[in-house]
Amino acid sequence: MATLQLNNIVKDFGGTQVIKGVDLEVKDREFVVFVGPSGCGKSTLMRMIAGLESTTSGDISIDGQRINDVGPADRGLAMVFQSYALYPHMTVEDNMGFSLRLAKVKKAERREKVLAAARILQLEPLLDRKPRALSGGQRQRVAIGRAIVRNPSIFLFDEPLSNLDAALRVQMRIELARLHEELDATMIYVTHDQIEAMTMADKIVVLQDGLVEQIGSPMELYHHPCNRFVAGFIGSPKMNFLDVEVREASSEGIDVALPGGDCRVPVDGSGISAGDTLTLGIRPEHLKLDDEGPLTGKIVVIERLGGVTSLYLEHGDSEWILVADGDVAHRVHDQVRFSFDPTCGHLFKGDGEALNHLHRHPLVDIDRKQNRVSSASDGQ
Amino acid sequence: MNPTMTKKLLLTLLAWGIALIVFFPIFWMVLTGFKTEGEAVATPPSLFFEPTLAGYNEVMARADYLKFALNSIVISFGSTLLALIVAIPSAYSMAFLPTKRTQGTLLWMLSTKMLPPVGVLMPVYLLFRDMGLLDSQLGLTIVYMLMNLPIVVWMLYTFFKDIPKDILEAGRMDGAGTLQEVLYLLLPLTLPGIASTGLLSVILSWNEAFWSLNLTTSDAAPLTAFIASFSSPEGLFWAKLSAASTLAIAPILIFGWMTQKQMVRGLTFGAVK
Ligand SMILES: Nc1ncnc2c1ncn2[C@@H]1O[C@H](COP(=O)(O)OP(=O)(O)OP(=O)(O)O)[C@@H](O)[C@H]1O
Ligand SMILES: [Mg+2]
Repeated sequence: MATLQLNNIVKDFGGTQVIKGVDLEVKDREFVVFVGPSGCGKSTLMRMIAGLESTTSGDISIDGQRINDVGPADRGLAMVFQSYALYPHMTVEDNMGFSLRLAKVKKAERREKVLAAARILQLEPLLDRKPRALSGGQRQRVAIGRAIVRNPSIFLFDEPLSNLDAALRVQMRIELARLHEELDATMIYVTHDQIEAMTMADKIVVLQDGLVEQIGSPMELYHHPCNRFVAGFIGSPKMNFLDVEVREASSEGIDVALPGGDCRVPVDGSGISAGDTLTLGIRPEHLKLDDEGPLTGKIVVIERLGGVTSLYLEHGDSEWILVADGDVAHRVHDQVRFSFDPTCGHLFKGDGEALNHLHRHPLVDIDRKQNRVSSASDGQ
Repeated sequence: MNPTMTKKLLLTLLAWGIALIVFFPIFWMVLTGFKTEGEAVATPPSLFFEPTLAGYNEVMARADYLKFALNSIVISFGSTLLALIVAIPSAYSMAFLPTKRTQGTLLWMLSTKMLPPVGVLMPVYLLFRDMGLLDSQLGLTIVYMLMNLPIVVWMLYTFFKDIPKDILEAGRMDGAGTLQEVLYLLLPLTLPGIASTGLLSVILSWNEAFWSLNLTTSDAAPLTAFIASFSSPEGLFWAKLSAASTLAIAPILIFGWMTQKQMVRGLTFGAVK
């Protein structure tokens, strides 16, 4: 039961601004993910919410209460650190129960709460071990268990899965999603990982250089990035960009010139005039091999992943990435033609701002309840 | 024999050689303590002789060994305890709340160890005289605490710095105040380091002679003064002096022997992990 509001918050580290005025509204029980390149201030922002870092200016409120001057322990939050930060000299049980011990909770009650959390995370057989005798995944679960025991209104995760191997990461991702359903708590999650962001978030916050670039649902960021940075950051492999000249522009769409003929992208062209230069963006998965296509390129590298194949193409000084079927037979140095569905194209102005699409993608407003079977509907 | 074996052998011999050179004076001192005064100054020195406790008997008869030993124990452990009590908060703030001047402060503290103590003997002596601290256990305890403080702070600082910040922050999220953070997390985690720092401080205090000789006469005189009292009045009596020295270093030698594992572990704490 908690909402969080950030109101124009700023963090200044001895003269350098690291967070430059961030506004954010987190709803009750929402799963919010912070993404952005390394050094953009994700951890700093999270640590400010946690109370481990002071706020230079601006307000942080939980449930409408300003908490800038409340200590980290009294904010009712729990944080899971990237390094797990377990207490090495305590057993798993003592690690999980430390906050209760500090709060002077009776031993029996403490044990009961720790056991309840251990049950959720299948940690019961490990309660007597020290952290050093645990595997990475088990340590991770203890760190999460320690957070659960505190029964926080908001969970904070700072890249909790980045020290795990790929298979375990997938498993923990699903476990975290399940946990979110089960605990029904508000969660804020920092990650580098596209897949984690796209699969777990109700809402993604894209940060760059201490500023919010865009806030939206995963599908919204994918289909309607508001600028070139977000377009390039969300999606993997990266979106292709090509500078193009405008032939004709109106509020019904923009015609742009491509090497093999013009094409019409359905975006609002008000304020754009013929002869302007825009940047066309197309995702690799929206390009398709097509012998009649308007674009050509020579294959430089082929990455065969089995299910799909990534083709790295070169044409003049422009480079393209194209995701094709797993069974394309082309070889390196082959010259290929390709095309795309113009409704999947994006156009960006010189300053990087995206031109609005005329139609919103139908999946943009989908929320996580429609992607996961929640435990509630499970039981019915 | 292959070259690596030869190298190993040479290194082993070298290590033994150095150990012997270091140990020989102590060995010779212990040996001399069991000789008669005549044998003690004989040239060439005799390695085989009839051991006698005469030296020890005379030493024990002439001075109250236990009183000196008790002074040594009280002063060296007391000063160490005091130094730790002062150094733990200092090292904590330097390690976890550093400012631009932290490094400078640390180096400055260490640099005071380069000052020859005799340079401040006069002011310290006068201060002690006026405050009535001359020849008192408290006075010497304070001096030793100050003497060892730079090293103790420095060592604790390096041990504290090795503790991941995350762990303390997790503690703070869990509701620990500074005191609880130190008591429940920092001290248990750095206990080996703190123990070896304390041991070093005890040993340094035990062996210190300059201040103890200058600031004490009888009431608070530790074992270093006990040794010295056998070197002055009637010329040198080697056997008695050796016996007294052996008695003076025996406790700390045994103490060091018992705690050497702890010492080594603590002093290589950061490096090996
Ligand atoms: N205590 C500090 N003093 C000065 N600058 C700092 C401090 N902590 C972080 N910074 C700077 O703030 C910026 C943001 O750091 P932050 O750790 O929040 O990045 P991040 O987005 O979490 O990066 P990553 O993805 O690599 O974890 C960085 O440029 C960093 O150098
Ligand atoms: Mg970070």
